[in-house]
Amino acid sequence: MMRPTDYTIAGGLRALEKREISAVELTEAYVKAIEAHNPRLNAYITVTGEQALAEARASDARRAKGEAGALEGIPLGIKDLFCTAGTRTTAASRILGDFVPPYESTVSGNLKRDGAVFLGKLNLDEFAMGSANTTSAFGPVENPWSRANDPTKRLVPGGSSGGSAAAVAARLAMGATATDTGGSIRQPAAFCGIAGIKPTYGRCSRWGIVAYASSLDQAGPVARNVEDCAILLRSMAGFDPKDSTSANVAVPDFAAACARGVKGLRIGVPAEYTLPGLAPEIEALWQQGFAWLKDAGAEIVPISLPHAKYALPTYYVVAPAEASSNLARYDGVRFGARTAERDSDLRDLYERTRAAGFGAEVRRRIMIGTYVLSAGYYDAYYLKAQKVRALIARDFAEAWAKVDAILTPATPTSAFAMDERQDDPVTMYLNDVFTVTANLAGLPGLSVPAGLDGQGLPLGLQVIGKPFDEETVFAVGGALERAANFTATPQVMA
Amino acid sequence: MSLDAATVRRVANLARLRLDETEVEKLQTELNGILGWIEQLQTVDTDGVEPMAGGSPVPVALPWRQDAVTDGGQADAVLRNAPDREGEYFGVPKVVE
Repeated sequence: MMRPTDYTIAGGLRALEKREISAVELTEAYVKAIEAHNPRLNAYITVTGEQALAEARASDARRAKGEAGALEGIPLGIKDLFCTAGTRTTAASRILGDFVPPYESTVSGNLKRDGAVFLGKLNLDEFAMGSANTTSAFGPVENPWSRANDPTKRLVPGGSSGGSAAAVAARLAMGATATDTGGSIRQPAAFCGIAGIKPTYGRCSRWGIVAYASSLDQAGPVARNVEDCAILLRSMAGFDPKDSTSANVAVPDFAAACARGVKGLRIGVPAEYTLPGLAPEIEALWQQGFAWLKDAGAEIVPISLPHAKYALPTYYVVAPAEASSNLARYDGVRFGARTAERDSDLRDLYERTRAAGFGAEVRRRIMIGTYVLSAGYYDAYYLKAQKVRALIARDFAEAWAKVDAILTPATPTSAFAMDERQDDPVTMYLNDVFTVTANLAGLPGLSVPAGLDGQGLPLGLQVIGKPFDEETVFAVGGALERAANFTATPQVMA
Repeated sequence: MSLDAATVRRVANLARLRLDETEVEKLQTELNGILGWIEQLQTVDTDGVEPMAGGSPVPVALPWRQDAVTDGGQADAVLRNAPDREGEYFGVPKVVE
């Protein structure tokens, strides 16, 4: 017997079309699943169950009238970084704890336009800064997976889109929106055994998404499989005149590309990604990935990305610099929380508001960013990082002459425990070693669940593609998915 | 380059972040750790390299639009999230004696 939460998005759309299930039935099942498991997982900051049921009834009515959109009746979770009109949007920060946007982000608006139902707002690292979802002002998110030999140890879901990934893995949403600045879609997707794509920079509008680092931020979906990601991305993407960096390019049928196969494709293996100390299980899965693609008719081609090893330090100059500028707007005057004493002057109000409103990791990145942009250090740090970024992007541009896509591990390890790696910021930053290059170069990157480690935890592979060639990325991802046949499910699941 | 406590205070001042003395010490250690790690960028030869400013992987020109009013007249919506307001204005502490 098929339970409502068993449907993928593609399967759910077919079942809705055939009237085997209604949007209300689907939504009720997800609202119940959230009630049952969210108290433990903490994947949602805000649950909008009543509103979701009302949207589902309206959706069923539209379908009955023959007016079904591309995502008609599909219950989704929205990362709490996307502004949703009339629904609190916190960025998981105290400073935005009570912020109710009067407008809708373009991406969430596109999903609504296509008939999606919103279940609520998903937890994340504060302002999307983190790799473990432990910096949220609304508490950490727990990974629904656990270690076979230590089942009570609570693991992180990855970050920053930890709530999105945990909710989809535990079936508290059919799919979810997420954002990725250095790996924030792909790393949590890998840690939670689901798929997630960061599209090309400019593919999805950033309008109405709380900004972290504007030249790196991109929205994308997480879902149970590659095809569902393709379906969601088609709705999310598209040119938006309200974002000056939004790309005016056509949005293809990404889902059609998933079944295309990889016959004749050239897949790059970057020499520099064989890191010393890489877990043998990750190395083995990576080799397995090449074997799968070769069996499916692809050609494996060695390439070199000589500047990739500088990607993380480059990111930790560029991203904090942009963050320090973007987060200057939180001043306790126009919106958000204010902290002041009776006799505070304006400057004291700013300083107290920002000290009380931002968590430790956000303050740390604002400090780094302010420092690298300050007089006397700008050339040595910020300008230097922008030049190294150009070299990282150039390495990829040269690789595209030889290959159609690149295959790498998604993460250097499987999910770690909530009490691990919290002491040293740099150790935490290393989580993004395989993902961050795609942000710096603006390229699409897809994480596909491909296997389990010795503890039964999911591991992912990453496919990086050419600018605006998500179709090839989906084709490679689809082939990996078929070969890997990843059917394992987490211990906590609706 | 190593940050001293005075520099940490100066940067916090620029960033409008109030710090107490224990935080200055903690941040000094953490920031020096991060900056020490970032220092490896200095070894990269970037002579003659144009800095990459935006995020786009393909060359794009920023679009222009008509210099015309496209929105406005929504004082209530704009002020709805303000922590303090006076009529149609944001409320702030007195800034002029």
